[in-house]
Amino acid sequence: MARFDSNDDSVVVIIGSGAGGGTLANELCQKGFKVVLLEAGKHQSSATFRNDEWFAFNQLAWLDKRTTSGNWQIAKDFPNLPAWTCKTVGGTTVHWAGASLRFQEHEFKAKTTYSDVTGANLLDWPLTLAELEPYYAKAEFKMGVTRTNDIPGLPGNNNFKVLYNGATRVGYKTVHTGRMAINSRPRDDRSSCWQLGFCFQGCKSGAKWSTLYTEIPKADATGKLDLRAECQALQIQHDSRGKATGVLYADQNGKHVVQKAAIVCVACNSIESARLLLNSSSTSFPQGLANSSGQVGKNYMRHTTGSVYATFKKPVYMNRGTVMAGIVADEAELNLKRGFAGGFEFETISLGLPFAAAFLKPGAWGRDYTRVLDQYANMAGMWIVGEDMPQETNAVTLNPTEKDQWGLPIPNVHYDDHPNDLAMRNYAYKRGADIYNAVGAVQTIAVPPYPSTHNLGTCRMSESPRDGVCNKWGQTHDLKNLFISDGSQFTTSGGENPTLTIVTLAIRQADYISRERTKKNL
Amino acid sequence: MEPWAARNPQYPWFQNSTGRGAKMKRREFLQKSVIVVASAAAAVSGVAVVASADTNQWTAGLKTLNAHEGETLLKVARQIFPHDRLDDSDYVVVVMDLDTQAGTTPDTAKLLRDGVANLDSAGSAKFATLSDDQQVAILQKNESTPFFQKVHSVELVSLYNNHAVWKKLGYQGPSYQIGGYLHHGFNDLNWLPDPPASASPKPA
Repeated sequence: MARFDSNDDSVVVIIGSGAGGGTLANELCQKGFKVVLLEAGKHQSSATFRNDEWFAFNQLAWLDKRTTSGNWQIAKDFPNLPAWTCKTVGGTTVHWAGASLRFQEHEFKAKTTYSDVTGANLLDWPLTLAELEPYYAKAEFKMGVTRTNDIPGLPGNNNFKVLYNGATRVGYKTVHTGRMAINSRPRDDRSSCWQLGFCFQGCKSGAKWSTLYTEIPKADATGKLDLRAECQALQIQHDSRGKATGVLYADQNGKHVVQKAAIVCVACNSIESARLLLNSSSTSFPQGLANSSGQVGKNYMRHTTGSVYATFKKPVYMNRGTVMAGIVADEAELNLKRGFAGGFEFETISLGLPFAAAFLKPGAWGRDYTRVLDQYANMAGMWIVGEDMPQETNAVTLNPTEKDQWGLPIPNVHYDDHPNDLAMRNYAYKRGADIYNAVGAVQTIAVPPYPSTHNLGTCRMSESPRDGVCNKWGQTHDLKNLFISDGSQFTTSGGENPTLTIVTLAIRQADYISRERTKKNL
Repeated sequence: MEPWAARNPQYPWFQNSTGRGAKMKRREFLQKSVIVVASAAAAVSGVAVVASADTNQWTAGLKTLNAHEGETLLKVARQIFPHDRLDDSDYVVVVMDLDTQAGTTPDTAKLLRDGVANLDSAGSAKFATLSDDQQVAILQKNESTPFFQKVHSVELVSLYNNHAVWKKLGYQGPSYQIGGYLHHGFNDLNWLPDPPASASPKPA
């Protein structure tokens, strides 16, 4: 591992080592840049992961206190845990399930396609699918996405068999084991999938792509990476000419360090990225850094999610094998006749008994609830993931009174469900139940959203500096050498799991940074 | 206490959550670290306590709560998550976790003691002697109290993270020690047709 001096102002500092930051670090190192990669969490490995839901949650999840507000059910069920993301080297790519779907062309033009949805702060992306396609291809190759690059699909598990039979019986056509960044054959020095059933807990076989054991070691091999784990970024600093100059962080001993930088890239996941910019306010940037538009923290999106579980007369054992073992894609298409804008997928999901008890009906108790849990072995499950509407009032803000362990304001996450989100969720609950009823469900259970894993939009990209925080390259409108490199740059959420698009944007951003550096524009 | 519990004092219930009650498979046991071996040793003593539940002596293992408080909390734990397939010994584990917390946090001890006293005064007789319906009715009236919330939140983890409970409710848990479910039934469901290979290719 390289070690760069804190006064070396020729380095690129990337904050966050997940899908965006970890990928960007490798791409830049391969191009010869010196990279300091700051990660708040610890360095784990496949050897230290455990097939144990609660243990893994404590080992990997971001558990620093947050507050919530708004009418979403999360504020009631999990008031201090709005998001289920990770604080560990590799970020949330350690926890993600691997679904790797491209956004559709119309989803980059949400305002044009859906026209004016009352109460939604819609905007077209300042880029098109055509511009991204070559980079999507690079991302799919890098991640080894099944059903691309001649990589076979994964074998379906029991949970998928139930989904497949039900979905095809109600008339759905596009039902298969998905495009997954999980090896179906050994590839890239990683094994094929063991069907462990613990994708969310860190993949012990290494079959699932994670920056932890792909991008980061590859970056390290160049001799250009200085990974600093257990280092919490506190503030991005700038000079009087409006140029970012470095990052103040607390190291593993709590010591404050300033790392100078030529370029700073923010990839802390949408809640922390916005918080860091807001906490970096100064006399020149009183509203927070890169926030002349006032849009930092705004338009927070988390996908319209929910789950449908069902019990059957005979065993399923949904816990066996990949968590997202298959997909129904028919509802993802553009179809405004259903009474809502945007599309969604059904994807299988499974929880172990400990998390099923905690999440199927948060707060529930008594015989009605345990009758469901008694049927655990006979249970199948699916997750709904769909486009949610950006709203200016759905926002990450600084809590006015509560401070974290470094004395900085903690984030508050406000989210009100938009009527469009509710219409989509209710439709999806009904269609999901139809799927399971078609194969003889004894009981179907509509489960409310879990804490958000898809956190998006708080530093969105926009054509005009008035409407958003960064341009089509993730470069902030206000500070030329400050970049947004995670899902917070999404202008709208699309209906697809976001990781593939985050990785795609990171590869593209690295090319841009390299080009601009060569032209001496950076 | 395992190190992650010390790091996350907001989740104190993790201190007993691994391998508890447990017949840890020998191979898994060998793979785990020294720290975990120490906690497995503690779990062995836990098994001894649970075993004596059959002879109604389990309350002798309580360190902070008294026998009556323990017996009452055992009834409460069963009414919160009633499973006919589970034995009292499974719920005793929950009470033992509550007792451990009462021993380390005086506020929790007071909360539990006052809560039990409140339940005892809510019906026509001591809570533990009431019928199931009467117990449930009293708990429903108390479900928003800090006492109920405490027992519920501790039990949610303590009960459903117990390997003995997993077995009885049909959850097989970790699979790494057997090489995953790939050769252990991940696709053995036979009451529906297999999807075509185009939708679900055969394993490599």
